[in-house]
Amino acid sequence: MTPQSSFMIVAAVRDGQLKDLHALLASMNNLPGHADPNNKLIPFGKFDRLHFARFVIIEARTAQEIRAFGVTPRPWQPTLAFLGDIDGDMQTFFLELIERAEPGLKKVFSHCEGFSGENQDLLGWMKANNINASATYVNWIGRTVRQIHEEAALHRSLSTYLQKTADDVGRENVRALRQKLLSYVEMEKYKGRLTLTPPEPTPPEWKMRNLLHMIGIPLILLLLSPLLLVIALIFALRLRMLERSDPELFIRPSREHLAELTVQEDRDVSNQYSVFGDVKPGVVRLLTFKFVLLVTDYFARHIYNHGFLARIKTIHFARWVFMDNNHRVFFASNYDGSHESYMDDFINKVGWGLNLTFTNGVGYPTTRWIIKEGANREHAFKYTQRRHQIPTEVWYKAYPGLTAVDLARNSRIRQGVEIRQSNDAEIREWLSLI
Amino acid sequence: MKESSDFEFDDLQGLLRFGYGKLTDTSFLLLNIVNADLAKKWLETAPISSALTQDPPPETALQIAFSVEGLRALGLEESVVEGFSDEFIVGMAGDESRSRRLGDVGSNAPQQWKWGGHAAQVPHVLLLLYATKGGLDAWQKTIEGEHFSNAFELLQELPTLYIGDIEPFGFPDSISQPTVDWMQRQSTDTHERDRYSNLLAPGEIVLGYRNEYGQYTARPLIDPRKDKFATVLPGAEDDLPLKDFGRNGTYLVLRQLSQDVPGFWQFLDQVADHIPEKREQLAAAMVGRELDGTPLVPAHIPGISRKEYENDFTYDQDPKGNYCPLGAHVRRSNPRTGDLPTSACGPVDRLIKILGFGQRPDEDLIASSRFHRLLRRGRTYGPALAPKDAIERHAPVAERGIQFICLVGNISRQFEFVQNAWTMNSKFDGVQDEKDPMLGNREPLMSGESTDHFNSPDPAGPMRTTCHLPQFVTTLGGGYFFMPGLRALKYISALPANRTGSPS
Ligand code: HEM
Repeated sequence: MTPQSSFMIVAAVRDGQLKDLHALLASMNNLPGHADPNNKLIPFGKFDRLHFARFVIIEARTAQEIRAFGVTPRPWQPTLAFLGDIDGDMQTFFLELIERAEPGLKKVFSHCEGFSGENQDLLGWMKANNINASATYVNWIGRTVRQIHEEAALHRSLSTYLQKTADDVGRENVRALRQKLLSYVEMEKYKGRLTLTPPEPTPPEWKMRNLLHMIGIPLILLLLSPLLLVIALIFALRLRMLERSDPELFIRPSREHLAELTVQEDRDVSNQYSVFGDVKPGVVRLLTFKFVLLVTDYFARHIYNHGFLARIKTIHFARWVFMDNNHRVFFASNYDGSHESYMDDFINKVGWGLNLTFTNGVGYPTTRWIIKEGANREHAFKYTQRRHQIPTEVWYKAYPGLTAVDLARNSRIRQGVEIRQSNDAEIREWLSLI
Repeated sequence: MKESSDFEFDDLQGLLRFGYGKLTDTSFLLLNIVNADLAKKWLETAPISSALTQDPPPETALQIAFSVEGLRALGLEESVVEGFSDEFIVGMAGDESRSRRLGDVGSNAPQQWKWGGHAAQVPHVLLLLYATKGGLDAWQKTIEGEHFSNAFELLQELPTLYIGDIEPFGFPDSISQPTVDWMQRQSTDTHERDRYSNLLAPGEIVLGYRNEYGQYTARPLIDPRKDKFATVLPGAEDDLPLKDFGRNGTYLVLRQLSQDVPGFWQFLDQVADHIPEKREQLAAAMVGRELDGTPLVPAHIPGISRKEYENDFTYDQDPKGNYCPLGAHVRRSNPRTGDLPTSACGPVDRLIKILGFGQRPDEDLIASSRFHRLLRRGRTYGPALAPKDAIERHAPVAERGIQFICLVGNISRQFEFVQNAWTMNSKFDGVQDEKDPMLGNREPLMSGESTDHFNSPDPAGPMRTTCHLPQFVTTLGGGYFFMPGLRALKYISALPANRTGSPS
């Protein structure tokens, strides 16, 4: 099994370079906000380990909101971020990136501070500017881009073949149908038209680290539990007080801002989402935020790693990142469906989880005992999330047209090819997926 | 306990409560305001029908709704206009991103519409006239009165024609409607109600009341200290002492949808090898009801036939779509889902469900239906054409279709969501790259993957796929309107003349 990892290269944009950078990034697109996979600067489509990538210029559009808390906004310089979700480790991917796209990367990064042009050690700079997320979510840990493409091809091919043969063989005759399909797959494999690469062995050091993390975090929490319980009590009361006194910001996003965001949306079955905002002032808020993300990360790694994040089955990758010395937070996700349906899921399916996390962010609607209300204040929530959303300059998805639900189904279809079903009901179920 | 007579039906336009089914003759007029003063004078005395019940039932009715340009033309202040939702202000065709979301691309694109397709074409006023058979002309004369012809310019009369209680393909329509819980007896708290219910909080349909979130949808509120005319308006329940311009009003979504009736039946006939039963079966699978309106889901109460529960069912018994395909029109446009994938028994079970455990991979893919209901009030147009005649090669060609109307409190969460996330979504409930078989455009995905097919799951195993569906329904026009309460109409007609601006 090949585990996934992510990178986020971040650097402030040099004064006066913003316009140029916008134009340069836009030159990678063939649709607003959507990368041409074969663009000359960074031909994303050539990287067979890359799931998603995006360039976003992080601007603090909502910086003034913190004034409602009596706090002066911290300065923020527009910052370029290059994000990717990949199979395997970052180091080797960076080398691949440089091998294929060094001039393009240099051209982009030369708009950033601390990048000195031609003689720059690109790898060193990228690594130095990479920041880690506090929590990451991967829809299916271990599912590689290659596997996704192979399984999609398998499904396509089987589906066409099944339509042709179902009536000849007889729809009721499921065992014979399965036999036909299996021989067909063998034949196609033999002819080189289908490939089903077996999974790579899991890297032992990843396995080790994962195991340590899985056991270590609960263990530490358990050891600290007497102390944590006391702290939790104090925090709960303090948070409840803050919830009552924190100002509620009910600000409608401007139509210009909305238009800038929506022009990039609904061009295919998935969309991207980037939001950026301030952490509420005070150490209690920050510690709560950090703790919630620690737990989120734990759950994402060890529990929600096979197709669903609580009740949501439409998120491919997501991450939560602290920036500006923990004063600000950035969230990015890649999801299926429209923005409105994503928000519907947020409110109606996982509102509690969203509240838990973002109640610590400036502008989030008032919560009660940090899991109640919040997102349920529909307008306030929809306004605030759109206000804090920032446009993505360039977005790449390696498998357009496929949702996370499609990917899971394709894997089940493949499984059915490789593992024999034990009874007719199971065969029928398998056939119904194709 | 409050009685339904306690509701302010006298301030509501009647369409919110009645379909006016008995008033079979209709005239839908698209008007522009040419003289705002005269328009307001006309409005002052126009006999707009309220939602009070009458005995005997009325023989005529008149309803009115305005586009944002219409409200501006009458002099509504920009600060009030800004209280409306963005969808209403920008308009149905006012933003390419919206058109893409609604599936108004390709042959549905606004550039090709007959009306409403670009900003200059958006009508100011939509006037809906209803009368019993033969009574329309007289009614039109009555309502027009002396100022009408100088106040308004008639842009277009939208065609409508009563062909029985069916839509042009031949299926009974408007069997299913949400029942508005006028007295707000049902809790909107998900802890008390996690299953589907046909009762709907009034705020989902009428502005100024609590919606399914227990909240008030944003709408224009006016400070009466700054605007003395606002004193005629009802108070804002959630924000006294402000006055509520939206209360008892609703958004009216209108779309002229042309239906290719011969194309529909001829395609099915050919796929069905010219066997009438097979043809009708496939049509029923696409719609999600039989030609007589019977739902397709299996009997859920022993001893009661499918016919008898025409609207009293859910798809819980049919998760895979073996009886009613997942992609069928009615299943898409109201999946009848509750807040949780299946009913929770006890707090532990509830927690397990909330955390997403114990689910099949294809379960729980649809949003809860109660936040996405529509009150449909459309009318048909074009001459009737029975399926058996429609399959003839020389079936009479004519413009046929629906003037689709729905009333909602929140355009983006209700109409646009249903249109986008459900009917036009090629991935709805995990279906494989297919859009609404009846309604959908047939645009391929960005990857080039086609969407012009329809799958009927089959308990035997492999799905039955119908390929190369032509497009049967095409958008010819549309717009978002606001249908005010009667006191809000009074307010509009009393707007001072000097505020009359030209539409911006
Ligand atoms: C020409 C276009 C259309 C035709 C021919 C059509 C036809 C039908 C038919 C025959 C029914 C079944 C009757 C019933 O359950 O009441 C129905 C139901 C329904 N349709 Fe349509 N329809 C069209 C357009 C639309 C559009 C554009 C929408 C919304 C976006 C829509 C939303 C609904 C809803 C919500 C139901 C009720 C489903 C339920 O509650 O079970 N329809 N339609």
